[in-house]
Amino acid sequence: MVSGEVFSTAARPGGFGRRVWRSIVRHGFPDTNRNRSLAVFSNLFLHVHPVKVRVEAIRFTRTFYLGGLAAALFVILTVTGVAVMFYYHPSVPRAYADVKDLEFVVTAGVILRNVHRWAAHAMVAAVFLHMARVFLAGAYRPPREFNWVLGVLLLVATVFLSYTGYLLPWDQLAYWAVTIGTSLAAAVPLVGGDISFLLLGGNQIDENTLLRFYVLHCVVLPLVLTGLFAVHLWRVRKDGGIYLPPEATGRATRVVDGEPTP
Amino acid sequence: MSPRDYELVKGEDIRDARSGRRKSDPRPRRLLVVQEEARPAVDVFEEDMVMTFPHLVVREAIALVALTLGLVVWSIFANAPLEEIANPLATPNPAKAPWYFLGLQELLHYYPPLVSGIILPGLTILALAVVPYFNVNLTRAPLWATDRRQKLVRLTAAIIAVAALFYVSGASPVWPIIGPTLAVGGLALLPGLIGGERGVLGWLSTRSLAFWIFVWFVVVAVTLTMIGIFFRGPSWSLTLPWVDGVYY
Repeated sequence: MVSGEVFSTAARPGGFGRRVWRSIVRHGFPDTNRNRSLAVFSNLFLHVHPVKVRVEAIRFTRTFYLGGLAAALFVILTVTGVAVMFYYHPSVPRAYADVKDLEFVVTAGVILRNVHRWAAHAMVAAVFLHMARVFLAGAYRPPREFNWVLGVLLLVATVFLSYTGYLLPWDQLAYWAVTIGTSLAAAVPLVGGDISFLLLGGNQIDENTLLRFYVLHCVVLPLVLTGLFAVHLWRVRKDGGIYLPPEATGRATRVVDGEPTP
Repeated sequence: MSPRDYELVKGEDIRDARSGRRKSDPRPRRLLVVQEEARPAVDVFEEDMVMTFPHLVVREAIALVALTLGLVVWSIFANAPLEEIANPLATPNPAKAPWYFLGLQELLHYYPPLVSGIILPGLTILALAVVPYFNVNLTRAPLWATDRRQKLVRLTAAIIAVAALFYVSGASPVWPIIGPTLAVGGLALLPGLIGGERGVLGWLSTRSLAFWIFVWFVVVAVTLTMIGIFFRGPSWSLTLPWVDGVYY
């Protein structure tokens, strides 16, 4: 095995299986720093990371990985959500019957729904805790102001995602919980009635509302959240990784032409 | 030589051989001016770095597996609630929103929907969004480092004003806000009143004003939400979860 061999199409030792493997993963075994770098930046999913990270930045007790866990929960929710969609019709009374079937007929359907439901609650909590952690660390300070704003929008998007999903089982819990929320929309001065009508697709919660919440929950809000999240993560990278307070960063060993930043 | 000095590298220096003085020389001289390389001001940090692969990637994998495992195990033992089919004619009592909105629903008990459902949450989100644009907590200077007496007076006045506002503005005194206001405010005042450099008091004394405001916000939000989740029953009456169970 040639460690560190990259992007070479030349014939190399090993059988057909190895040739196929190397056509997918175009670097050697990650036992050298060079191949470890390639493992990160030649991989679509890992290249959101830099090749090297600060020891302090990956310490569990610094961030409790809350942002990462929220992102992981979103992935879990997408996977389980798509699976649940195979069994669900957004219509009355079929929606409720479908959820009942998920509970009692579909193989492992109850686990599927449980994971989706609990992950949704966990994501709301994780995003809120992430925000609290970021505030207490002071990580919103310049140049990260706008990323904090994106974070607030991500919190709002997460809550709306959870809330629109809340109606979909079409049981008493769902119906009346959403009634309380949407009746608040009607309290907006001047346009409250219009907002309520737009949200419900009518004057009360019925099949139109179910369809609207379904589309918002399965298409619109996930896309919005994905877009916001992409920019959020990209800006973290552009600002040099997660914020570390001065006491956690290395000493300023050398200042080139200018005063040290405070 | 300091970076900004100019260096006269070579001219033709003509000196009087006897006196050693420089003679005035009418001929043009060749000068070479060398300026130090211009760079932006940057700090050079020496930080401990590790390779992302495997150090971070392995941690992420462990976190992901632990999270998934935890969710699946939890889901085996706890079923997501599912009640009777929706019936617009049968209003349950109490009718509760999802848990993260129960703080707002608790406020609905004290204020009209416009205030509790639109204005207060709207202001909260707006306040959160503008936090970084007002240099909040940039230096994180300890609250009690300077102007102790003046701050004591102002902070006490602010706490009393907020508590009074929530005492008179609602349909009844909003204790879920007044309580945390007094508790967090008291904790913030404590180091200013009795000093202290070590232990818990020492830690409290190093907190900034922004820290206290944020903690106040979190404690108020959590208190309202907890009361909404655990302590509210039929007709939004006060119940005890260990006596009556949890209504949802």
